[in-house]
Amino acid sequence: MTKQMITLDGNEAAARVAHKVNEVIAIYPITPSSPMGEFADQYSAEGQPNIWGSVPMVVEMQAEGGAAGAVHGALQAGALTTTFTASQGLLLMIPNMYKIAGELTSTVFHIAARSLAAQALSIFGDHSDVMAARNTGWAMLASNSVQEVHDFALIASAATLEARLPFLHFFDGFRTSHEINKIELLDEEVMRAMINDELVRAHRDRGLTPDHPVLRGTAQNPDVYFQARESVNPFYNATPEIVQNVMNKFAELTGRQYRLFDYTGAPDAERIIVIMGSGAETAQETADYLAAQGEKVGVLTVRLYRPFSVEAFLGALPSTTKSIAVLDRTKEPGGPGEPMYLDVVTAVAQSMADDNPPFAVFPKIFGGRYGLSSKEFTPAMVKAIFDEAAKAKPKNGFTIGINDDVTFTSLEWDNSFDIGADNVVRGIFYGLGSDGTVGANKNSIKIIGEDTDNYAQAYFVYDSKKSGSVTMSHLRFGPQPIRAPYLVNNANFVACHQFSFLERYDMLSNAKTGATFLLNSPYGPDDVWDKLPNAMQQQIIDKKIKFYVLDGYEVARETGMGQRINTIMQTGFFALSGVLPTDEAIAAIKYAIQKTYSKRGNAVVEANYAAVDGALAHMHQVKVPATATSTFERPPIIPDYAPEFVQSVTARIIEGLGDTLPVSAMPIDGTYPTDTTKWEKRNISIEIPVWDPDICIQCGKCALVCPHGVIRMKVYGQDKLEGAPETFKSAPARYKEFKDDLFTLQVAPEDCTGCTLCVEVCPVKNKTQPKFKAINMADQIPLREPEKANWEFFETLPQVDRSIIPVNQVKYSQLLEPLFEFSGACAGCGETPYIKLLTQLYGDRSIIANATGCSSIYGGNLPTTPYAQNDAGRGIAWSNSLFEDNAEFGFGMRVALDQRIEAATEMLRELREEIGSELADSILFAEQLDEAGINEQRARLEVLKTRIAEILPAAEKKSKLENLLNMADVLAKKSVWIVGGDGWAYDIGYGGLDHVLASGRNVNVLVLDTEVYSNTGGQMSKATPRGAVAKFAAAGKAAAKKDLGMLAVSYGSIYVARVAMGANDAQTIKAFIEAEAYDGPSLIMAYSHCVAHGYDMKFGLQQQQAAVDSAHWPLFRYNPDLEMEGKNPFMLDSRAPKISLDQYIYREGRYRMLTKSHPERAAKLLELAQGDVDKRWKQYSEMAQKNGNK
Amino acid sequence: MDLTTNYLGMTLKNPLVPSSSPLMRTLENLRAMEDAGAAAVVLHSLFEEQITQESHTLNHYLTQGVESYSEALSYFPEASEYKTGPDEYLEHIQKAKRSLDIPVIASLNGVSTGGWVKYAKQIEEAGADALELNVYYIPTDPHLTGNEVEQIYLDVLTDVKTAVSLPITMKLNPYFSSMAHMARNLADVGADGLVLFNRFYQPDLDLENLEVVPNLKLSTSTELRLPLRWIAILYGKVNADLALTTGVHTVTDVLKGVAAGAAITMLASELLRNGIGRLQVLKLGMEEWLEENEYESLAQLQGSLSQINCAEPAAFERANYMRVLSSYAPDYP
Repeated sequence: MTKQMITLDGNEAAARVAHKVNEVIAIYPITPSSPMGEFADQYSAEGQPNIWGSVPMVVEMQAEGGAAGAVHGALQAGALTTTFTASQGLLLMIPNMYKIAGELTSTVFHIAARSLAAQALSIFGDHSDVMAARNTGWAMLASNSVQEVHDFALIASAATLEARLPFLHFFDGFRTSHEINKIELLDEEVMRAMINDELVRAHRDRGLTPDHPVLRGTAQNPDVYFQARESVNPFYNATPEIVQNVMNKFAELTGRQYRLFDYTGAPDAERIIVIMGSGAETAQETADYLAAQGEKVGVLTVRLYRPFSVEAFLGALPSTTKSIAVLDRTKEPGGPGEPMYLDVVTAVAQSMADDNPPFAVFPKIFGGRYGLSSKEFTPAMVKAIFDEAAKAKPKNGFTIGINDDVTFTSLEWDNSFDIGADNVVRGIFYGLGSDGTVGANKNSIKIIGEDTDNYAQAYFVYDSKKSGSVTMSHLRFGPQPIRAPYLVNNANFVACHQFSFLERYDMLSNAKTGATFLLNSPYGPDDVWDKLPNAMQQQIIDKKIKFYVLDGYEVARETGMGQRINTIMQTGFFALSGVLPTDEAIAAIKYAIQKTYSKRGNAVVEANYAAVDGALAHMHQVKVPATATSTFERPPIIPDYAPEFVQSVTARIIEGLGDTLPVSAMPIDGTYPTDTTKWEKRNISIEIPVWDPDICIQCGKCALVCPHGVIRMKVYGQDKLEGAPETFKSAPARYKEFKDDLFTLQVAPEDCTGCTLCVEVCPVKNKTQPKFKAINMADQIPLREPEKANWEFFETLPQVDRSIIPVNQVKYSQLLEPLFEFSGACAGCGETPYIKLLTQLYGDRSIIANATGCSSIYGGNLPTTPYAQNDAGRGIAWSNSLFEDNAEFGFGMRVALDQRIEAATEMLRELREEIGSELADSILFAEQLDEAGINEQRARLEVLKTRIAEILPAAEKKSKLENLLNMADVLAKKSVWIVGGDGWAYDIGYGGLDHVLASGRNVNVLVLDTEVYSNTGGQMSKATPRGAVAKFAAAGKAAAKKDLGMLAVSYGSIYVARVAMGANDAQTIKAFIEAEAYDGPSLIMAYSHCVAHGYDMKFGLQQQQAAVDSAHWPLFRYNPDLEMEGKNPFMLDSRAPKISLDQYIYREGRYRMLTKSHPERAAKLLELAQGDVDKRWKQYSEMAQKNGNK
Repeated sequence: MDLTTNYLGMTLKNPLVPSSSPLMRTLENLRAMEDAGAAAVVLHSLFEEQITQESHTLNHYLTQGVESYSEALSYFPEASEYKTGPDEYLEHIQKAKRSLDIPVIASLNGVSTGGWVKYAKQIEEAGADALELNVYYIPTDPHLTGNEVEQIYLDVLTDVKTAVSLPITMKLNPYFSSMAHMARNLADVGADGLVLFNRFYQPDLDLENLEVVPNLKLSTSTELRLPLRWIAILYGKVNADLALTTGVHTVTDVLKGVAAGAAITMLASELLRNGIGRLQVLKLGMEEWLEENEYESLAQLQGSLSQINCAEPAAFERANYMRVLSSYAPDYP
């Protein structure tokens, strides 16, 4: 059999095997495991068969709990079945996992192990999730590298059939699931040889069938449950040997020998690290390096963690062992140690009590934590642990990789310790998400891996923003397999694909002496030097760096590539790295271009070819002067007047130095200050809007739709202009209430993302040059400083008196201060304008329960938080619990508020005399129907608090008064908003949402409906319309979108509205106001255009209009209060369809793609979808025409 | 009645040929045209510009937002195949050829030299009987001379003729300073036919919204005059078959066109407005008129009122203009 080498990531490595050896795959997307399901779906869509010649069925469920249920059912019906998940997803599967194990059912779940949400959510890798599942009775097999993921996926699948225990096959999320590495591909013959068809048939025979009826899933009682639970023991006892035998067979077939516990290092080692997961690779490499230098160290890699074979474990340890460090990539707060540490202690203790103990002296065993949430774990850290093991009393319960200055658990390590081989080329590439850097590097590493004899590895780091996000690519290649699951340092090659990054990052600190630095620069080799910060110049001189510039954007412009400089910079990299002769490299790049883009048409291929051909002529070496002459340095990240926390913590995270923050810098309970995005000036847009006061009609539409809260409006007295910067603009206010005042529309120049929605929505055109509107885009750089000054002055202008304006009109609503600003959402986001509106209307009195998803990421992902505060210090209080429970989470908040209001009311009644009956009654009977009423109540409560403070010292009912003082604020009206996307509302959270809506409690639910799982990358939800392409609906979704609104309407007691700001902004505002005012549950479904719809988002509002005009998204409001008044509660706010559905949908890529891939099916689905629309319109218009009951 | 006519070396059963329009996009319509008596069909145009744009658009929405955020490294499933480029159009030719007995003439609108040639070859391979080159070109650059503009047409034709052996017909606009000379040049370079005239969609201005708006107005019979005149002038003087397009709506229009010298008369607006069934009405009406007026065949009529054959050749020249002006009497005193 010839070896086939391939360069791929861990997820693909797992999916390739899982798809071959299963019949049913039930999945639900969750980071970082989603790609496994997507690969499997793609293979099935392409008709790829499994090893038995049939195409596995891939089904997407509504939640991981549902996926586990479906897997359990499929297994019970005799199919070989698998799933892929991570983190909270695995937790949701646990109930079924007990059942599956209890029933001795063969299956493998492939897990990209990830942190669990505790003080915060984290999508990154550690073993918290799999460790939480270790009690389920599943075998647990850990893969440490991409090759092992591929191999163990098969070993687990073979072993489960024989052992009858289900297997969790897990590997480190992101670090392994997303690392690209060159591996040997398993041949299908190997898979066939490994999977015993007799065992497969036995598995099928255990499936339920009425032809041989049995019953499984009984209820048992005290008499027999216990014994039945013990009946499985022989299977657990036999499993380690079965797994070892399977590993041996695998070795015969492939030459790769694995053991339950693999030992690496000095044969007579005294100091041992026990570890599993990708960190084991680092530990092994380091141990080998140190052992070669004569140190008596070794690493025991745990592969089969459950069932834990004490015998095999001890057999693998050198008898010379004196000290054992057990590393857990998880935390079990409050326990005597982390799980694997306890296992090791137990195993050694048990054996030392035997007649023939394995060690002469009981070894020192100490445990520690490392690598939580993908924290770096490097050879330097491994060295520090070995050093600790040499101490007389090693620190038990240590941490490595952080500075714990609170409980002092951490070990120190020496960052300069490096085991990197000289023949490994190490590159770091800084780019923007939108410039294609990552894609190009994925491509490069595939070329190096597959077109040369080199081994290759790539890993990518992204920041937490969805717009203007910064990416870092870490590439290694060399003649030996690359086993270095940590970021590149000491790079021989550093590339900066964005010139503006010179101001933001210290890129050359990781460059080694003599490295090459390639800069995408608009300045040529003769002009660039003095455009570099002084410190960078010095680094270049000191480290003798070879410095090259390439004007990537010029080449991109010339060749029609727009902002995508990927293939251009890639060509520069190949030319400089010399890994291939330049002409061969160019041929390989072109071949990759052909492979990647030919499906998208020849024009794209040609443009990329032209870019490659044009690149080298634009690349020049810079003659490095002997001295640093630049007169500037990198500017500070945050101004020195920012709050202390922002300066000491937030700024470090923004700068990319979060790893250096000590434990003491972290809030202890996940509580963070709001109102911090304003300190993070990202300057990501090349152009920003410029206001033309002369023609502006002050309608407020631009401010309303601005997704990032960058456009603000104020009216103010003419006297307030004093001290205004020269370029500050104003115009006479066109508001009847403020007819003598001035109006200003101000742009925050450093926070704009350049989406141009504002320009698109502006209804006014310049009469002499209609190409100009009342707001137009212009270059940011010349405007930055003057507009910064204007923005700062604008902020000093007073806010409007909210009580005197009719906020139900768009132009007035936009005078209200938004308390949601500058988030990291995508440029042109369709969701954030609704959230911003919510905060303008109710920001000072609302709590938001936010479902996990896009809105929780741009709402709550560090470093900065977009929810802001008004001058009084009020603002949104926000929390994210989970994905599935958000309705219940918000409901709990409401119940708590209601209870506290009742309790405070009761206290106030009881203390009426002490407080004064007039004050008490005015509070108890206050009408808080509008903002003025709420403000009056707040004022009364201030009086109350002062009054209590006065009487408290001499009061008899001191404790009760203190309680009332503590609770008083709850008596001013508060709103609870439950916010989330359609994945939550339509799918995973629907059961809870339904229950909460039916509860009658006064909660306001805002569903930001993008009709797809946006945050995890575009998977189908039940909100996805018929005929749209999404992941898991590659051939267009067959079923119609769920009518969530009508399901809610059917209760008759829920306020329901469907809105689309781009189609009818006035109706949107009306719906928000009515929903909030309704004393019961309300549901607003807001059409949110999204990057996953596949078109330029600047047309988002036009698409909203088209969605409404075609009646795909008919606007309505259902207000139960109207029924009480004898009126028809259902108000249809849309007119009859003006355009056919195809006129709406075929402007969007998600639908048009289908006409390119499955034209006939597209036509059929369009016909059905038009039928859905027609039917629904008929139903709605009939409902709207009904008379009230009076 | 013998209605046959020769066009691009093909004998057509009558002069009624539906021209390039959105109607040609479905096989169902093409079949209906054949059933209603169409002698050939000219398919809708393959636009190179559109192909290029679609390719870039597809690429744009497949790459938009990707590799930027760790949870969403892409937003769409990777389909194994997209029908981009001319595939759909070429398939349409193949299907049309399979299901029709009448000739199928493809239509191509190119941009680049490479594009014209590449797509012409593919169209030939797909089995089209002939190719109409739809040079929809508006010279807006004030530095571009008339000669240069003419050369663009001649170059395109030369390139395509060199690359394919299909009969080629050129669809022209009337805005040449010397139409007859241009027609002769094209015929000399190898045009097998000339289609007179392309009808440019003239954009309208929307004063309400201060916008230039595309505005498709269907033709009427009054627009017949321009091509009628030039067909009559060119008939017998250039070595290419003449096709009349624009303004053909009635039996009289068809007969006039043939009398002027057109080998075929092409219809689009009439079919869009009144349905494909109009072909049958026109065919019957033509037969009826020819019979009533005791013609032996349509060929007898063809070119009979062309400039070389008519009684008053000068009527197609300046005198015509003078006569119209002098015969014009205002409605008011």
